[in-house]
Amino acid sequence: MSAPGAAPTRAGVITAQSVAVGYQGRPVVGGLSFTLDPGEALALVGTNGSGKSTLLKTLVGLLAPLGGSLDVLGRPPGGSPRRVAYLSQFHAAGFVLPLRVRDVVRMGRYANHGLLGRLGEDDERLIDESLERMGISALADRSLRDLSGGQQQRTYLAQVLARRADLLVLDEPTAGVDAAGQGVYGQALEAERARGAAVVVATHDIGEAAQASQVLLLAGRVVAQGAPTSVLTADNLLDTFGIGLRRLGDDYLLAAEAHGHQHPEPPGFEAHGHHDPAGHEGHGHAH
Amino acid sequence: MTWLVDPFTANQFMQRALLAGVLVALACAVIGTFVVLRGLAFIGDALAHGVLPGVAGALLLGYPGMLGAVVGALGMIFGVSWVTKHSRLSSDTAIGLLFVGMLALGVVMVSRTRTFTGDLVGILFGEILGISVSDLVVQAVATVAVAVVALVCARPFLLLSVDPELADVAGFRSRRYHHVMLALIAVTVVVSFQTVGTLLVFGMLLAPAGTAALLARRVGAMIAWAAGIGLGSVYVGLLLSYHWSIAGGAAIVLTAVVVFFVVLTAQAVRAALVSRRSPAVEVAP
Repeated sequence: MSAPGAAPTRAGVITAQSVAVGYQGRPVVGGLSFTLDPGEALALVGTNGSGKSTLLKTLVGLLAPLGGSLDVLGRPPGGSPRRVAYLSQFHAAGFVLPLRVRDVVRMGRYANHGLLGRLGEDDERLIDESLERMGISALADRSLRDLSGGQQQRTYLAQVLARRADLLVLDEPTAGVDAAGQGVYGQALEAERARGAAVVVATHDIGEAAQASQVLLLAGRVVAQGAPTSVLTADNLLDTFGIGLRRLGDDYLLAAEAHGHQHPEPPGFEAHGHHDPAGHEGHGHAH
Repeated sequence: MTWLVDPFTANQFMQRALLAGVLVALACAVIGTFVVLRGLAFIGDALAHGVLPGVAGALLLGYPGMLGAVVGALGMIFGVSWVTKHSRLSSDTAIGLLFVGMLALGVVMVSRTRTFTGDLVGILFGEILGISVSDLVVQAVATVAVAVVALVCARPFLLLSVDPELADVAGFRSRRYHHVMLALIAVTVVVSFQTVGTLLVFGMLLAPAGTAALLARRVGAMIAWAAGIGLGSVYVGLLLSYHWSIAGGAAIVLTAVVVFFVVLTAQAVRAALVSRRSPAVEVAP
């Protein structure tokens, strides 16, 4: 992992230098510089509209970068469709789609076979494995439209796993997924990283962000970037969300204080403001 | 039971009508499935009516109606793409205005002809009992072309149905395949309007595929169901038309729409019965 501000090298899965992203020429966030190497994970944390999804869409080639230099798997974004898997925030809820769970996961193999290439035994094995890793093997022959939102999300996550991609780009992957689903997702992601895949994930889950190699904290600007311990500090989160963070053991918990509005505190917790009484410094603060 | 078969064995025009209806049903089953899956019903409606000014213009200038339909459909595809891209309103508002405008333009143009009522009814509701052999040949070629292109593009079409971004990231350009899909809808409309009319071809695009969506658990099965329901509707509609002397195209589409509501009602009744049998969860006091 590269240190914040360090000059990125060309060897990474992603190399971004002073990248600006946005829609129709209007930048949402700029000044993005980072590298991501195989097996690493970058977590994007930030408010709604802070540029997380815009950056993800730019990484997979759905949007053109508005400035700077962006290199994904040695090519411009979108230049390696077989090597990039993407989970968008919104997809068809399956109310109409007459698709079985297995059919949806099978779509993950289309990029590797084009319009007419036949899916072989290896593909079927990967599909079975992906279903199993997301804990939905028993649902394989069920219709997507008969499943709950969380089960549908697990199905789309299995589709991402079936891609066997070198870069996984995930937009709020655990939205609507229950605790058990989040567990299998966490294990699957670890396995993906262990085989060398890099991961970029937009998340509102501070605990998930803490598991990443590096974190990019966004609020229409880069608030902070670097290792989770240096970025996910009370000051930075207060700066981003207007709420403080208190670390308790290995868990990250959001304390109840927002922009001067005092909310009832959970028992045993203290609300805190810009000064972090736990002594965590705001390392990596970008401004 | 001869009344089921005799109309077709004793009359060549009924045989041609049956064959034309079969071809319309097959083409509409294939592309109608993707229209339903992608929620393109309104665009399909707009395309179906967009051919009207083209056909009217061709009639006024003395050219074949099908040529005018092609020009009208191309104009409508361009118009739909343009308003979808540039309108800040929701696309259904912009497409709705385009469709009403084209329909009005078509009626204005047809009203310049001396046989206003006859021409308009013919374009809107088709003349399935007056189909020629050359019409059938064109329709057969178009149906095969629609089926082959849809088969080749099945993967991007499926990805588009789930999420256009998914198609783009997998290397299938969503805009390109969206336009291929629009072109297939346009071809189906153009070759079907003489059989069931511009108004009713929309019904054949939606009703069999919509019914199939209620019944099928896979896309391939949905196309098969849509084809079966479409073929059945053609046969029953033509029989009704022959025995009761009612408009053939309208009878076919009406049959397909009735089948949709029968299936929908049956499913609603079944769901109500199942929920009544399932005991409610009792909350302990």
